Amino acid sequence: MSVLVEGASDAWVITRRNLRKILRVPDVLVFTTLSPIMFVLLFAYVFGNAIGTQDTGVDYKEFLVPGIFAQTVVFGATFTGYSLAEDLQKGIIDRFRSLPMSSSSVVLGRTVADIGINIVSLVVMALTGLVVGWRIRSSVLEALAGFVVLLVFAFAISWIMATVALLVRTPEVVNNASFIVIFPVTFIANTFVSISNLPGPLASFANWNPVSAVCQAARELFGNTDPSAPVPDVWSMQHPVLYTLVWVVLILAVFVPVSIRQYQRATSR
Amino acid sequence: MPTAIRATGLVKKYGAVTALDGLDLEVAEGTVLGLLGPNGAGKTTAVRVLTTLLRPDAGHAEVAGVDVLRHPRELRRRIGVSGQYAAVDEHLTGFENLDMVGRLYHLGAAASRARARELLDQFDLAHAAERVVKGWSGGMRRRLDLAGALVARPPVIFLDEPTTGLDPRGRVGMWDVIEELVRGGTTLLLTTQYLEEADRLADRIAVIDRGTVIALGTADELKSQVGGEQVEVRLPVGGDLTAAVRAAAGLGIGEPVVDERDRRLTVPVDGGTGDLRALLDRLDRAGILVAEAGLRRPTLDDVFLALTGHAAEEPEVVDEDGAA
Repeated sequence: MSVLVEGASDAWVITRRNLRKILRVPDVLVFTTLSPIMFVLLFAYVFGNAIGTQDTGVDYKEFLVPGIFAQTVVFGATFTGYSLAEDLQKGIIDRFRSLPMSSSSVVLGRTVADIGINIVSLVVMALTGLVVGWRIRSSVLEALAGFVVLLVFAFAISWIMATVALLVRTPEVVNNASFIVIFPVTFIANTFVSISNLPGPLASFANWNPVSAVCQAARELFGNTDPSAPVPDVWSMQHPVLYTLVWVVLILAVFVPVSIRQYQRATSR
Repeated sequence: MPTAIRATGLVKKYGAVTALDGLDLEVAEGTVLGLLGPNGAGKTTAVRVLTTLLRPDAGHAEVAGVDVLRHPRELRRRIGVSGQYAAVDEHLTGFENLDMVGRLYHLGAAASRARARELLDQFDLAHAAERVVKGWSGGMRRRLDLAGALVARPPVIFLDEPTTGLDPRGRVGMWDVIEELVRGGTTLLLTTQYLEEADRLADRIAVIDRGTVIALGTADELKSQVGGEQVEVRLPVGGDLTAAVRAAAGLGIGEPVVDERDRRLTVPVDGGTGDLRALLDRLDRAGILVAEAGLRRPTLDDVFLALTGHAAEEPEVVDEDGAA
């Protein structure tokens, strides 16, 4: 077997192992299916009614649902880090590292499995969204592209979280550390509110925040934008798909090699 | 006999703590070396270096004819490792755990499945094969972990404290399994904190303290250095230790040792329970009351005390950070 085929096979073995957990660990199943449902319902009915239509142009629910998609998949990346740190703590990474497998396959198998988890979450959220009144107003292909942008961005964030996990090595610390970053990044954005409602410095941050670009890209691809509500005149917001992909490439270029290097020297204790 | 494991001058430091301080080891093919030492002596660090999990700061190691530092991946095809705690996946079944390991050794799907079944039978785990490991007992998990190390039939196996934390029954079961394994000609390096375990399983024992080997030999050789069995009595509060020493004079094979604070008298012997009975008779005749009495085999503590002059120390908290 060539090195590449071997590496792909190793990563697939690890991916399958990780995916099995979705059905076997109640926490993971709840995390993957129930909490996304809760988020959509909560934001749609609590915030949706309280905030109403602001400067978003379209119905707030339609504006909101792609934002919840983005927020959920970005938060989901924490699970990547949590699971890896847990494997480290339990000595499973030691076992993997003593096997003649390719050194990228454990992290790759983790991040790929988490794409699977995100797909499940997105399907559940999309169905819940349809129930509460969200609609896709574009073509099937564009809608699919919207989901792909969300998944690709989440995949990149997963590699950041994998690196964090291999550095700090404790599941609880991974959770706490990542929330400190993920909360501001997902909330100082157009995820739930229009950037035009934010004060100056926050608005600038939000305009260049990749999460804003992901939300904007998803809204455009699902057809949830309204021509009467202009997009901020900033390059990142005018070209959200391209801007998102630039971030994805940058993140992967940095964090794939760093996390694999960190994996090679990671020990449980 | 060809050498299966050879380590020379291994050094590993964590900041100010020296985990390995010029460790040398040699294990002949098909034999069992017991690495005996207290927590923090460097046993686990040594195993981690020899199994490619950790890079040493200095030194050289060769396992199964492969240079550990230069060809780690090549080496991993030829070794099996089982850790201090069972590194099995709780959410997979027993079968899935072994099948996964087989695939990661690149045995192929059919061969992995067959090998998994075979090992589950061999380790008496077939009845639990389709059950998720989460509900298994500690002993079963350990056996599964050990089975994982054997999936690819590696010529050299490393077991890091295979019975630590097991109840006596689990420990004896594990010993049987390991003995069976060794009969097949596998080279084994085993770390342990129990002299009894090294005695039973190992051909040779290396006693390790502060990252270096301080004694090497067969179990009998070590025990003769330590002094073998001891008869021990403890007197009640107010008991006359001096009279007890007088009564014990001439018994056993060495001078009695007195621990005033514990009111304890220890006599090295070679006659087993006969010597114990003799000592109790003598004390009885002298009218000395005894609170506790027993025959004690040498423990790791005795080995340590005899070899180093200090007791086996509690572990220092070593952060085995990967900052190599």
